[in-house]
Amino acid sequence: MHMADALISPVIGGTMWAAAAGTLAYAARKVQKDGDEQKVPLMGVLGAFVFAAQMINFTIPATGSSGHIGGGVLLAILLGPHAAFLTIASILAVQALFFADGGLLALGCNIFNMGFIPCYLAYPFIYKPLTGNKPTQGRITLASVLTAVIGLQLGAFGVVLETFFSGITALPFSTFFLLMQPIHLAIGLVEGFITAAVISFVYHQAPEILQNTASGQPLGSLSIKKVFTVFLLFALITGGALSWFASSNPDGLEWSVAATTGDEELTAADEVHGFFAELQEKIAILPDYNFKPAVSEPVAAPVESGQPAAWPSVDTGTSLAGLVGSFITLLLAALIGKGLQVAAKRS
Amino acid sequence: MVKLESNWLDLRTLDELALQKTPIHQLGAGTKLGTTLAFIMVIASFSRYEVTGLIPCVFYPIVLITLGRLPYQLLLKRLLLVAPVILFIGLFNPLFDRVPVAAVGPLVVTGGWISFLSISVKLILTITAALILIATTGIHAICSTLYRLGVPQPLVVQILFMYRYIHVLLEEVLKTLQAYQLRSCHNSGIGYQAWGSLLGQLLLRTIARAQRIYQAMLCRGYDGHIILETTAARKKPDLLYFAGWLLFFSLCRLVNLPQWLGTFITGGLP
Repeated sequence: MHMADALISPVIGGTMWAAAAGTLAYAARKVQKDGDEQKVPLMGVLGAFVFAAQMINFTIPATGSSGHIGGGVLLAILLGPHAAFLTIASILAVQALFFADGGLLALGCNIFNMGFIPCYLAYPFIYKPLTGNKPTQGRITLASVLTAVIGLQLGAFGVVLETFFSGITALPFSTFFLLMQPIHLAIGLVEGFITAAVISFVYHQAPEILQNTASGQPLGSLSIKKVFTVFLLFALITGGALSWFASSNPDGLEWSVAATTGDEELTAADEVHGFFAELQEKIAILPDYNFKPAVSEPVAAPVESGQPAAWPSVDTGTSLAGLVGSFITLLLAALIGKGLQVAAKRS
Repeated sequence: MVKLESNWLDLRTLDELALQKTPIHQLGAGTKLGTTLAFIMVIASFSRYEVTGLIPCVFYPIVLITLGRLPYQLLLKRLLLVAPVILFIGLFNPLFDRVPVAAVGPLVVTGGWISFLSISVKLILTITAALILIATTGIHAICSTLYRLGVPQPLVVQILFMYRYIHVLLEEVLKTLQAYQLRSCHNSGIGYQAWGSLLGQLLLRTIARAQRIYQAMLCRGYDGHIILETTAARKKPDLLYFAGWLLFFSLCRLVNLPQWLGTFITGGLP
């Protein structure tokens, strides 16, 4: 479920980064205020535990395939939401840096999908009410499976939304949705049963661990409203600011101008305006940024009907020049690389 | 188990690479972090149909890999491991987007193929940039820079703590898996009867380890505060490095260099 930088736009990446950063700062303050010194090594070692445990393959009965654990729900149960959120963020950061598993720009999205959702939505709203203060074996199993399944479904939906709004892939929303949700239903079930097995084991062997975490993090101390406010505030400010820079397609204002004047833009013919318009077009953080790529880019039909095409007409010369230029640039890059290598060896 | 061992080996290799003393390694961590983020932002900002304009950006990883004396194989291996999932999603583009956009001789290329190519190039560039950052900087330097930049201490301490114990836990998991395999006719996966007990035992041992670490910390005077080392302020070469690359990225973003070069060489063929 790790999202990569290649499929994400700077607006979505930046917005989710800011929202994740705001929530991380909030969670960090909560953990610090909590004053539980023991939690520092516990969070660190449990993070390492989940990191290593994610690489264990668990055989799924009667299917011949295997699954693995994500660990978000397990951490939320053992550490409480704030500390678990920090721990998951640290795991994702190390995975992005060392294993290229999830991009650096997409880190905010990944922290939201795999950290925020299990810690601040699935755990407090599903696991906690279902297990209560006196968990039983049956309740633990039911709650773990439901929390993992719903958490993963929401996370997968987050991936679908973020990818769709980034507009890099041409996958229609419904197709991507139908591709992601069923796969993650199966993954969620496996994760849920593994989590249930582990928590049940701990419940039988060392019940004090679960009691401590359950009583140490009562729902009362967790203000979901506050967490959401922090998240939304950061997302709105950054998203708004980035979108303002990025928008090169008719936005709401331009649309209303077009509706009232019949022209898409109020024309300003002077050269200074033209120069700045061109410059703005060149430096736009995200040209062609489009929330509905599938709808707004008509398929070849306009060419046949004689209407102006959505794309510039196919120009063989331009394409060939581009190809030749790219080849030469790559060759130059390789040569410079080799030259630097030789120079470095000599020095 | 092969995956686990190979990942552990890669972690150690990256750690060792970060200890080198090349000109790139000697630059400040903040400079390299800033440059990497700027690079990734610029790459992501290219339009979904841009391929040729992205090509000059390969200079950045090539120069850094060469000057930082990094092995191509390691980066390539990571790329091959991560790429399939992303490319699978990217492969839907040619299916859904069939608008003809370019022609090379008699061959007409659709928008979907162009955007798929664009995703592939972006994937290569962003992944190598992230790996180069860690292989030339190391996690400790990055964390101290993050702390200096105002990232909350609990998060920085968490990353450092976790990273320190990843090696210990990976070793423990490997030993446990080996013991399981030796007793279960070399099954590659863990049977469902052992799901809870295997991971649960590991978890209990991990929690006990955390308690021992806490006691050891107390013995060494831990009072709830951890003093983090901070990196030195920026120096002139750092500024030059950052400004130079920023200029180059801007040039790549604003001017389609290969197109310009190609037109110049082919004499603007019709």
